[in-house]
Amino acid sequence: MNATALILMISVQVTVTALTVWFFYRVLASKPRPEPDSYTDNDREAEER
Amino acid sequence: MSTNTEAWGSRVGLVLAMAGNAVGFGNFLRFPVQAVQNGGGAFIIPYLFSFLILGLPLLMIEWSTGRFGGQFGHHSTPFIMGAMDRRRIWKYVGVFGIFSNIAIASYYCYIESWTISYIYHSLTGTFNGLSQHEVAGFFSNYLDVTTSTTGIPYEALLFFLICLALNTWILSRGLSGGVEKVAKIGVPMLIVFGIFLAYRGITLKAGTQGAVNDGTVGLNFLWTPDYSSLSNPKVWLAAAGQIFFTLSVGMGSIQCYASYLKKRDDIALNAMSAGWMNEFVEIVLGSAVIIPISIGYLGIDRVVELTGIGGLGLGFRTMPFLFEQWGPILSALAGVSFFGLLFFAGITSSLAMGTPGMGFLMDEFNWPRPRAAMAFGAVILMLGLPTIFFFNQGVFDEYDYWAGTVSLVVFALLETILFSWVFGLKKGWREITEGADVKIPLVYRFIIKYITPVVLILVFTGSLIRPANDDWRLISRGKWEFHNESIIGQLRHQGIGPNKTWFAASFYAEVPGTVDSVFVRRGKPVVSVTGLNGKGISVTKEYRFNPEKHKLAVSPGETLEAGQILYTGKVINNVFFIDMARLLLISLFFFIAVLVYIAWRKRSREGRNIS
Repeated sequence: MNATALILMISVQVTVTALTVWFFYRVLASKPRPEPDSYTDNDREAEER
Repeated sequence: MSTNTEAWGSRVGLVLAMAGNAVGFGNFLRFPVQAVQNGGGAFIIPYLFSFLILGLPLLMIEWSTGRFGGQFGHHSTPFIMGAMDRRRIWKYVGVFGIFSNIAIASYYCYIESWTISYIYHSLTGTFNGLSQHEVAGFFSNYLDVTTSTTGIPYEALLFFLICLALNTWILSRGLSGGVEKVAKIGVPMLIVFGIFLAYRGITLKAGTQGAVNDGTVGLNFLWTPDYSSLSNPKVWLAAAGQIFFTLSVGMGSIQCYASYLKKRDDIALNAMSAGWMNEFVEIVLGSAVIIPISIGYLGIDRVVELTGIGGLGLGFRTMPFLFEQWGPILSALAGVSFFGLLFFAGITSSLAMGTPGMGFLMDEFNWPRPRAAMAFGAVILMLGLPTIFFFNQGVFDEYDYWAGTVSLVVFALLETILFSWVFGLKKGWREITEGADVKIPLVYRFIIKYITPVVLILVFTGSLIRPANDDWRLISRGKWEFHNESIIGQLRHQGIGPNKTWFAASFYAEVPGTVDSVFVRRGKPVVSVTGLNGKGISVTKEYRFNPEKHKLAVSPGETLEAGQILYTGKVINNVFFIDMARLLLISLFFFIAVLVYIAWRKRSREGRNIS
């Protein structure tokens, strides 16, 4: 690959991958809101608690 | 009271379902072809720019309007938009948000059914030993629903019915029990399949397993920027169009999914996460599969030629042959991976297309979920059958153009105007930031109010008056010719050729050339004519005719002009089927508008909120 194509590809792909991972990590790491929230799985967890 | 008590199971499930809604066939088949045709690596600049000023704002608008409408118990765009402004017109603008989903699903499920069929054929080794020409021929035969090359009668129809039944069954299981479960399996699976194929594509070595180029040659070709292309408006319009279609905005399905969220739950971070996940699949995986593999085996010139027939053609006519070079086991695995990832990309999108119509029936007519799912399945069957039986007559393409392209732009433009200028950005911004787990830069207030509507007006105008050969310099010359694919060009049937009437007593040659041969294929006589197209590339056009009804007016070796009589006898031209498809789409739109009117009257009678 030529240097321009390689630099462009790597910089775009690394940026996009990093942002995807970062935002998805934030979703996974965020704490559930107090009930009632929008998600039924949390209802079960709240009941168990 | 509405019977609609749907809810999402988990936040991750919602984000994956939204990402699955966005990720579709276009991520793997359309994006790389668009990049090749619009400046290679330089395409990424207008593409990412469009994502920031068009894609992200539309995602925020749709997520927030959906959640806003959901507070009033609305789960489809007619009444979500009606809740944002009391003027009745918005309910009918909202019809687009049900119409587009149903019309797109009716041909989208058909493509999805091809992927199931191709998984089956990859596993059973149907493609083993076939030449490239034979693999391409397999696809053409498959689309000719009345004949079967594999012994399964009406194979295309059978797989379509299986696919539709699967979609209907999953939808009948509800959001958390059906759609979310499929997204939780489908999205990770398609990423795994994509990584496997991308690895195979990038590590392809010239001289091994029949490859003529390294996989990196394809990447080099795709990512080498041609910066001069950035001065061409065509490239910017193509980038904006790609962002539009890849994110599934302008359809009404995002609003529907978001309408099941409660007011204080986050939408900003969810929207970012789902949007960027789609971009990862498109930019990182989508660019590393079909172009590197096909250039590895076919070379750059041949692939550039093949991109002219679009991504669908490249994916279904070419890829099975290329996988074949990897030996029986690996080719089966690659076939299952490639068509499997397309299947998961497809089904997570088609399920999203089912929910707005179902939400409407459940909200307004108190239909139970299974009945609403059955109704969706029945309508898709009714609208999908013409695309199957009259695929070669252009019905499929008509659906795709009007419902899958034009409607989305029109609806997105109108919803943006409603959100920014009618509902008001002050309230709108509060909706976007309410419960947000991530800070949205304030500049997006300005972008959503001014930039996004202007860009959408430009995209719509560009589609309306797109010039012939995409030569925008025609403006300065004062001689405007419309592109065949512009909205005006389509309305005028510009690309239809000499067979312009519904019925005729003669059929005319559509392209100039020489009659190569007259032969019989699967019991049907075919006239083959070869000539040069506008770009000087040799193209063979085949015309089928019925010897019981038609009398051939040419013989092999004869040179033809476009418009010269090919055969005489009673002819029904493609333009008839195209106009019938348009009539069907218009009827569908008005039918939904009438249902919205009935629902509104019903709400008034029952004293339910009609705001």
